[in-house]
Amino acid sequence: MKQVQYSLSRWMEGGGPEAEIVISSRVRAARNIKDYPFSCLAAEQETAMVLEKINDMVLNKDKFADFIYLPMEDISELVKQALVEKHLISPYLAYESSNGALLLRKDEAVSIMINEEDHLRIQAILPGLMLEEAWQDTGYYDDLLESELDYAFDEQYGYLTTCPTNVGTGLRASVMLHLPALIMTGQINRFLGALPQVGLTVRGLYGEGTEITGNLVQVSNQVTLGHSEEEIISNLASVISQLIEQEKNARQGMLDKKRAELTDKAWRALGILKYAQVIGSTEAVQLISDLRLGYDLGLIKAVDHRLLNELLVLIRPGCLQLLAGKELEHNERNLERPIQIKQALDRFREKNQ
Amino acid sequence: MLCQECRKNEANIQIIKSVNGIQTEDFLCEHCARQKEELDFSFEPKFSLPKLFTSMLNQGVLGSRDSMHSAKTQCSSCGLSFAQFSQVGRLGCSECFNAFKKSLKPILRCIHASSTHTGKLPSRVRQRVKRLRDLDQLKEEMQVKVHNEEFEEAAYLRDRIRTMENEIQKNEIQKNELKGQVNDDESEKGD
Repeated sequence: MKQVQYSLSRWMEGGGPEAEIVISSRVRAARNIKDYPFSCLAAEQETAMVLEKINDMVLNKDKFADFIYLPMEDISELVKQALVEKHLISPYLAYESSNGALLLRKDEAVSIMINEEDHLRIQAILPGLMLEEAWQDTGYYDDLLESELDYAFDEQYGYLTTCPTNVGTGLRASVMLHLPALIMTGQINRFLGALPQVGLTVRGLYGEGTEITGNLVQVSNQVTLGHSEEEIISNLASVISQLIEQEKNARQGMLDKKRAELTDKAWRALGILKYAQVIGSTEAVQLISDLRLGYDLGLIKAVDHRLLNELLVLIRPGCLQLLAGKELEHNERNLERPIQIKQALDRFREKNQ
Repeated sequence: MLCQECRKNEANIQIIKSVNGIQTEDFLCEHCARQKEELDFSFEPKFSLPKLFTSMLNQGVLGSRDSMHSAKTQCSSCGLSFAQFSQVGRLGCSECFNAFKKSLKPILRCIHASSTHTGKLPSRVRQRVKRLRDLDQLKEEMQVKVHNEEFEEAAYLRDRIRTMENEIQKNEIQKNELKGQVNDDESEKGD
């Protein structure tokens, strides 16, 4: 559990191409084993058989030596929540699965979920814009598993999955973007309307102001059947590169007009994060966004991407309680949050002195 | 406007979600928005088959309800009924794809780009599926030649198609014989 508690996932370490706008790239493949009912609607003894079958071929194998094995029933609710918050497992695996388990590569870049809705969900998540690399990682473990398992596959429909939205490639590719300038200027609306027409989905929230979202948006493919994996990824990547370009233009426009205000906003955000005594998660997410924008525009140098990503995760309820070492009510979390933020800022300062 | 959650405070935060092209709007007060701590970046689409059916019917994609299975149609392998599938939007096993084929086709076409997989193939079936894909392509080419009255070339393609079909059939038979042997071996062990 300690490993899950204190480690930074690979994507949180920052870096990667386009890191000033793209936070992470994630790809996952849904797979099922032939002749077994899909986990989602299967009886408990059936999911137990699936778990055993996969374990037999994975555990104690050299190629999976750098993985840790975490059955959902053996880990606490808080650890599960923290894994969800770090995007390493789905809420379904954490809270609804029967005989669910996670194989997590030690760098936390690759998760293999067993008995999710489908028997297998193979996921890779990397920092910055690295969709192709994430697909390579996913494909590598897909091939390894397939070398010993007969997958449910149909000549017409491709990889068979329990939900019709995943049939075909079983592939979901997604990119998490920080788009403060497009959101503040309202230009994002044009994209939100256009993306579904090219088979993409936008998730994440944004309010009328931008206060509850931290200006974070996730774009992923909706279509999984009829396009190859490479087409899905290059289609997504080309839309992302347009979003990046537009965001860069909008940032430059803001910088030209409001340099002093943006600098002030970033420093104020750091000030509040450092000295506040009560912070809710919504406020914290917004402050982190202000600080990130200031850093990415070169207006403030007191932070880096790794710290900003770490903050983004540790302010979430599950991670916060895990770090505090105890369960906390909503109000108690708002008191604990500034303590953990301050500690992270202090650790960063000590390391960089 | 009042907050949709607590129905007490003034709603001053609008949350717009666009999932699978369907936009939903929520109006919340600051307190409830915070309470929700909504920053869920799980990227699984929230898929609702009943909703999709409604929109497909409205758009006339379904034709008539007759083109769907009756609610009682069941998958012979896992026992899932079409009514259950319509409700939960999840299939129970691989065999469901055959059992509900007629209804799945328009559903898949509505969600996706087409109803035929063109991506990665598992190594175990790669050769066979590739051959079948080549075969389909040759058949299409032959149709074009016939249409253009280029009969000599059409005849040449026809012969190639026959040869390929024979090869595929031979492979199938060999595979089944092999499987039969394995099964025999296993049943002997059982005795």
